[in-house]
Parts: sequence; structure tokens; C-alpha cells
Amino acid sequence: MDTDLAHAWLLAVASSVEADRERLTRLDAEIGDGDHGTNLHRGFTAVRAALEEIHPESVGRVLVTTGTTLISRVGGASGPLYGTVFRTAGKRLEAPECDVAELAAALSAGYEAVCALGSARVGDKTMLDALHPAVEALTAADPTGGLAAAARAAAEAARKGAEATVDLQARKGRASYLGSRSRGHLDPGAASTALVFGALADVTSG
Amino acid sequence: MKKFLNTADTFLPDALAGLAAAHPELRVDVDTGTVVRTEAPESAKVALVSGGGSGHEPLHTGFVGAGMLDATCPGQIFTAPVPDQMLAAANAVNAGAGVLFVVKNYTGDVLNFEMAADLALEAGIEVQTVLVDDDVAVQDSTFTAGRRGTGATVFVEKLAGAAAARGDDLATVADIGRRVNAASRSFALALTACTTPAAGRPGFDLPDDEIEVGVGIHGEPGRTRERLRPARELVSEAMEAILADHEALGAGDDTIVMVNGLGATPLSELYLVYGEVASYLSERGIRIARTLVGNFVTSLDMAGCSITVCRVEEPFPQLWDSPVRTPALRWGC
Repeated sequence: MDTDLAHAWLLAVASSVEADRERLTRLDAEIGDGDHGTNLHRGFTAVRAALEEIHPESVGRVLVTTGTTLISRVGGASGPLYGTVFRTAGKRLEAPECDVAELAAALSAGYEAVCALGSARVGDKTMLDALHPAVEALTAADPTGGLAAAARAAAEAARKGAEATVDLQARKGRASYLGSRSRGHLDPGAASTALVFGALADVTSG
Repeated sequence: MKKFLNTADTFLPDALAGLAAAHPELRVDVDTGTVVRTEAPESAKVALVSGGGSGHEPLHTGFVGAGMLDATCPGQIFTAPVPDQMLAAANAVNAGAGVLFVVKNYTGDVLNFEMAADLALEAGIEVQTVLVDDDVAVQDSTFTAGRRGTGATVFVEKLAGAAAARGDDLATVADIGRRVNAASRSFALALTACTTPAAGRPGFDLPDDEIEVGVGIHGEPGRTRERLRPARELVSEAMEAILADHEALGAGDDTIVMVNGLGATPLSELYLVYGEVASYLSERGIRIARTLVGNFVTSLDMAGCSITVCRVEEPFPQLWDSPVRTPALRWGC
């Protein structure tokens, strides 16, 4: 992945979030307070503007700029959580470009950081339920198979992980107050994480 | 949706512009997202900063003023504000005696205030945090994000604010705040869902003869859905949950009691509920020393109420009675 591709990835995430804004908000209305789409849209609109203004010159800087902007603009839980994933991953990538294994290791560090920040783990019905399988898929990808194949696997894993949250009872975040009533609903944070990896697959498929 | 607004997107800045117009004693800065007392920073006084998502008015903007908060940072509707806002608020009010963050226990508020506290420390501001988590409807924190911060926030802001106003140091003010929270329990009932300007329709569907029991203040559904019953029975259910959880509270104790409207419930109904609460406590030998009835921690246009009971210890009554001059609470001055 080079800087241009990282830039394209985050712009694609912004577009996906914009297109799915209503769906994310509807999912959140079922088990939260119905603003996940609105909040992420505000954040990624700011990310788009920040990337165009700053023009970061490495993959790592693109991700750090994204994370910092999300923390400053989103609020709620998703601002710090998404911001931490991108900032932590970005700080691990010092060279202008990275290969699949390096990207996987960086995102894995992002995953660890967000687990610690949110005191959450896989199975709590959160964004982690999509993030973890996606990072695992990237990590397990054949290094000779290229980024596109790895990103497709990650996107598929994130999508399946998000869908599997339907059967889970929330143990973190606002949905946890519903207890068993949170079952039967797709977690909006997992759904938006699936969009992030879907966008990665889209921009790498050439 | 029927609301007084120009556009859903400008709801918050337009509401803040109105707050500024009505209260020249507050500095409302839409760019930094802060509302600050014009007297702040007040020499040698510990500064109180709170904040959270908007939609709970008068919490927190209505409690900025002498004897309560020095600043607040309103977030988007039901969305925790960002660390930049909290830091701007802390910078605006810090007089060198330190800043107390009053934080309601929601994942978003906690994470953003933690980040802001780190930034403030880096900037040389001494910060302590009081986490408010009084809602007994949330059970077993192993399986949840922990208890929500609701009505007790008003008590914490009033009593810790009074401690700061009389010159207590940061550690003492924080200790008062934590003790008030530890002594307080709340429970809420919703008759209707609320509608955010962005969503444009109610957060959940609730038939005319059903209520949500154990709701929070963000329009999320409650712990259970039940049939609407006489107020006496509903109050009993809420009070049983509060007393069952409050092991220290019993006959002979004094309390501060708040019956709080969630936004669309008439005062007559709130007083009716208060009457039932007073009877319930009286039958159990628990005295009410101070009372608050009205709309203080709302959930936009939700119909419903919350009940908060704080077991009085020293020096709560004296701090409660000390002067307060804010848009929403005003006495003794």
C-alpha cells in the first residue's frame, strides 16, 4: 500500500459511510440512540477535508490524520474508538509504503489498543466483532497473493463478523443496557467496521 | 415530527444562540463548543466542568453559574462532546486551583473526558474526575457498560459546586462529588419515546397502554416493557428498585429527593409522583430533608419521569442550601 492508495481507501470509507448513513443510523436506533450514521458521516467528511488539506506523505500519516480528525470531530464512543484504531495503526507505519504483513501488524496493534481503551473483547457485540476477524484475515493472507486478495478476505471476514453480532447480547456500550433485548439486532459499530474493510477491498481490486 | 426548529442540522447552534441571547451572564462559544460563566476563571477557586450530549437541558448548560458549574461543553444531541471542547472549557475556567470534571458514566463521555484529562495534564492543569453512575435500572456491570449517570448529576454538580464556591481544594471538592454519587440512586419510567431532530421519528414504538421501565436518558428502550398501571404502583416498583440497591439507606435517614421530568410530562404529574414517593418513604421511616421537582435532566420530548434519592450525610444540607445562581437553579442569592 502506498500513500495514494491509503488516501483513496479513506475517501472510499467516507463515501461508503455517506451512502450507508441512514442504514447505520437505523441500526443504532434499534439498540442505541440512532445517530451512528450521522456521527460517522460528520467525522469522515472532516477526514476527507483534512486529507485534502494536509496531504499526508505516508500511509502511516494518512491513518494518523484520520484518527486524530475522528477524535476531534465525532464525539460519542465511536470517535475515540475509531480514532484510536487509526492513530495506533498509523503510528506503527513509518515508511512511506507498507506491505500486507505490515498493514496487518499495524491494524492488529490498532485492534489491541481499542480493546484496551474500551475494556471490550470479541463477543461483546461491538465493532471488535468485525475488526478482529478482518485483522485475522489480513494477518493470515498469503504474502505473495497481493493486497487485493488479502483485502477481499478481510472484507468478507468483517462482513460475516458483523452479521454474527445479530445473535449476540451486548455487553458494552449503550446497547448493553437492553440486556437480552439487544439480541436480534446487528451491531451498528460492527456494521460500520465492515464498511471500512469493504472500502479497502474496493480500492485495492483495481 | 413536530418541533420548533429551522433545519435539523442547525438545531444545536440555533438553540445555543438562544441560550446566549437569554443569558448574557454566560459566554456561549459555538466554535469551541463551550458555555462558560463570564466570571470565570474565579481567583483561587476550583473550577467545575461538565458536559455531555445535548438534549438533556437544562443539564448541563442550565447549571452554569455561581455555586455550580464554571463551564460545560455541549455535544451533539445524545452524543458525548469531543476532547477538544473539554480542553477548551478547562482552559477557559482554570484559575490554578485545578479543574473537576463531572462525567456521566457512558462509554463515550468516559473515553472523551479521559482523553481530555490527559491533554489538560500535559497543559499543566490539575484535573480530577467524578464519575456519576446512579441508575439502578442497569444491573450487573459485568455484562453492561456499568450504571448510567442520570439524575444524581444534578446533586453532584450542586454540592460539589457549593464546596468549590466556599473555597474547598480540588481533592475535597472531588471527594464531596464522589460521596454524593455513592449516596444517590435513580430509576426512570417512560410513557413515550423521544424524537431526535436528526431521526425525525420516535426512537421506539410504544402502544398507548404500555410503558418502558428502567429507561435511560437517550431515548433507548428500558429494561422491560410493562402495562401502564396506577402511579402508586409504578412509583412502588421504582422505589423498590432504589431501596433494594441502596443498602445504607433505612429508617431514620434523611434524604434529598428529586422527581425529574424527562421533557414532556406536566408538573402536575411530577408532583403527583412526588406525593407517592413521599408517602412511600414516610411509611418506611425515611425523612425527606430537601426536595427538587421539575425538569432537570431531560430526554428531549420524552414523557416520563425519574426519581433520584440521595442519602444525606454531612455536609450535604449546608452545601445544598448555599447560594446558587444559574439559569435553571437559583436560590439564596
